[in-house]
Amino acid sequence: MTGFHGRRGVAVVAFAQSEHSFSDLGWTEADLVMPLVNEVLATTGLRRSEIGFTCSGSNDYLVGTPFSFVAALDTIGAWPPISESHVEQDAAWALYEAWVRIQHGDVDTALVYGFGKGTVGDYAGISSLSYDPYYIAPLMPGDIGMAGLQARALKDAGFDVDPDPTPPPATDGAAAVILAAADVARGVCPRPAWITGLDHRIEPHSVGARDLTRSASTRQAALRAGVSAGPVDFAELHTRFEHEEPLLRRELGLEEDTVVNASGGPRKADPIMATGLIRIGEAAARIHDGSARRTVAHATAGPCLQHNLVCVLEAGEEAGEAGED
Amino acid sequence: MGNRCAVIGVGQTQYRAKRTDVSLAGLVREAALRALDDAGLTFADIDSVVLGKAPDMFEGVATPELYLADALGAAGKPMMRVHTAGSVGGSTALVGASQVQAGVHDRVLAVAFEKQSESNATWALSTHSPFSASLVVGAGGYFAPYIRAYIRRSGAPGNIGMMVAVKDRLNALRNPYAHLKIPDIDLAMVEKSMMLWDPIRYLETCPSSDGAVAMVLGSERAAAAATAVTGRRPAWVHGAAMRSEPMGMAGRDSVDPRAGRDCAADVYRQAGVTEPRRQFAAAETYVPFSWYEPMWLENLGFADKGAGWKLTESGATAFDGDIPWNPSGGVLSSNPIGASGMIRFAEAAQQVRGQAGEHQVAAAADGAGLALGHAYGGGSQFFAMWAVGAAKP
Repeated sequence: MTGFHGRRGVAVVAFAQSEHSFSDLGWTEADLVMPLVNEVLATTGLRRSEIGFTCSGSNDYLVGTPFSFVAALDTIGAWPPISESHVEQDAAWALYEAWVRIQHGDVDTALVYGFGKGTVGDYAGISSLSYDPYYIAPLMPGDIGMAGLQARALKDAGFDVDPDPTPPPATDGAAAVILAAADVARGVCPRPAWITGLDHRIEPHSVGARDLTRSASTRQAALRAGVSAGPVDFAELHTRFEHEEPLLRRELGLEEDTVVNASGGPRKADPIMATGLIRIGEAAARIHDGSARRTVAHATAGPCLQHNLVCVLEAGEEAGEAGED
Repeated sequence: MGNRCAVIGVGQTQYRAKRTDVSLAGLVREAALRALDDAGLTFADIDSVVLGKAPDMFEGVATPELYLADALGAAGKPMMRVHTAGSVGGSTALVGASQVQAGVHDRVLAVAFEKQSESNATWALSTHSPFSASLVVGAGGYFAPYIRAYIRRSGAPGNIGMMVAVKDRLNALRNPYAHLKIPDIDLAMVEKSMMLWDPIRYLETCPSSDGAVAMVLGSERAAAAATAVTGRRPAWVHGAAMRSEPMGMAGRDSVDPRAGRDCAADVYRQAGVTEPRRQFAAAETYVPFSWYEPMWLENLGFADKGAGWKLTESGATAFDGDIPWNPSGGVLSSNPIGASGMIRFAEAAQQVRGQAGEHQVAAAADGAGLALGHAYGGGSQFFAMWAVGAAKP
């Protein structure tokens, strides 16, 4: 409960993800998102008008068009007009914004979704455009090249990792989550996945300014989210590259017996900008289906794990009530 | 709702066509340092950073919060990146305020910027998705039909837009940060300027600017501490809301969008505003094309439907009118798109803090009145607004 004393109890009460595709099936963002929104609403029995806040995450550069989130908004039934916002980040950060919004006390539910069409762009090029535009982007190192720097640093530090990282296949997909505050959560979900810790931290952008054998921001977020306050049955980590897992395991303080990425993880489905939200959704799903009592989800952004978010989810009435104010 | 939140520091850069003297990082840092200085704080005092800007194609830098984390002192802190089209500056302020209202953070640095000289705004604003036809019309071409519909519906005389263009540019002469300074502007000059998207003339449209704005948003405790150090009073958030509606829905009124009306109603309910024209001492609203002043006067309830242009025509919205709109010169005088919404929010705060300098509206500085900050975006479908006042809500 570290850092969560006095917070409103909020739970993930529904999660849906697309059948991710490694090729472009001609689906628009709207095609990807709409069935999932319908699915999470159906799972909870909530009507669109009962959603208090909506927040999404996406990246215009993936399909090379401005305002890619506008088309998605057309599909979610934003009429009458809704209270809504968007982050140009992985939708895990949209979930963070929604969780913050629910803490105000006047809104009890939030819909969060993220989507990415990775198959229609060149991600090495797109990722390069998210680096320092004066000194790094012109070199076009790409996400794989940057990951290689970290893999090599870890190998040299004694980690048993492949220093030549391979990326996950480009993926099209989306995910949606519904968050609900305590009373509503209990009413719409038999086993709510209570958010008992949620924090994110960013680090300097330049990889030269960081010790790549550490992830200080993951460690910081994990501490604030209270990961070590209890056993972790499952962890869903935003590991686009294999060498990131041992590093994140260490920085999160996970025990040997914690199962990581039982879902297959980002290596098996990486719809960029939904990949992080899917980690939270999958970690929540283990609680929804009764296979876990306490899980951890992690999302990341930027070269070599620059920005990290950690979410702790727990089963049980007590988790929700302990967080009540 | 939630905990009280106040604007305790505001910083703006000079708005210009090209800020070739600074990098992207230098630009945002300039605004951030000025806001921190205004609040009597340093980066070390900040708990969380929220960055907003419009499409990343404006600079050709994707998800620039990653690169800008260092310049904004965000290392070791949470950082968010908001993008809600043209309303993003307003939304960014609201996302920052939300963290204070939620009781999650005490001091949040909210920053919005655009460096439009890095790219071509009309290209970057024209959707060219592989799945749908591109109109390649930019913002002016998109909104001109809405304006023509407004003129037809309201029967407004053809010179109302020109009056707004003159008024906002005269106001800009009082604002040291404003981009466009046209001292001898008058109706004849506006009328003679080239027609770009009928009925929008060159001088009835916003410029393309480089610039950044920053605000420090604080809790009650942080506000008291800042005032004790600086002697400057905070601007309290009395009401805040966002609303969005679909672009592609038949039956939505894109001239007088319901999302705008609903958003205003939500803010007014929170702030106890029943007569906006009387209760607001000043309004900073998102008017990128001159005719949007009478359109928003109606949408925001300052005038009855069809009568917004009469307020403009009567001079009520002028600097010496009873409800000055855009005393800073508005979007028509400075337009770094991603920042333009937050500039409205920040200018509204400066009015009630009594810190607006030469463009201070006297009635806003007396401590009792409220000021409105407003932003819109997309196809007139995204709205962000707040009402701020010197009195604690």
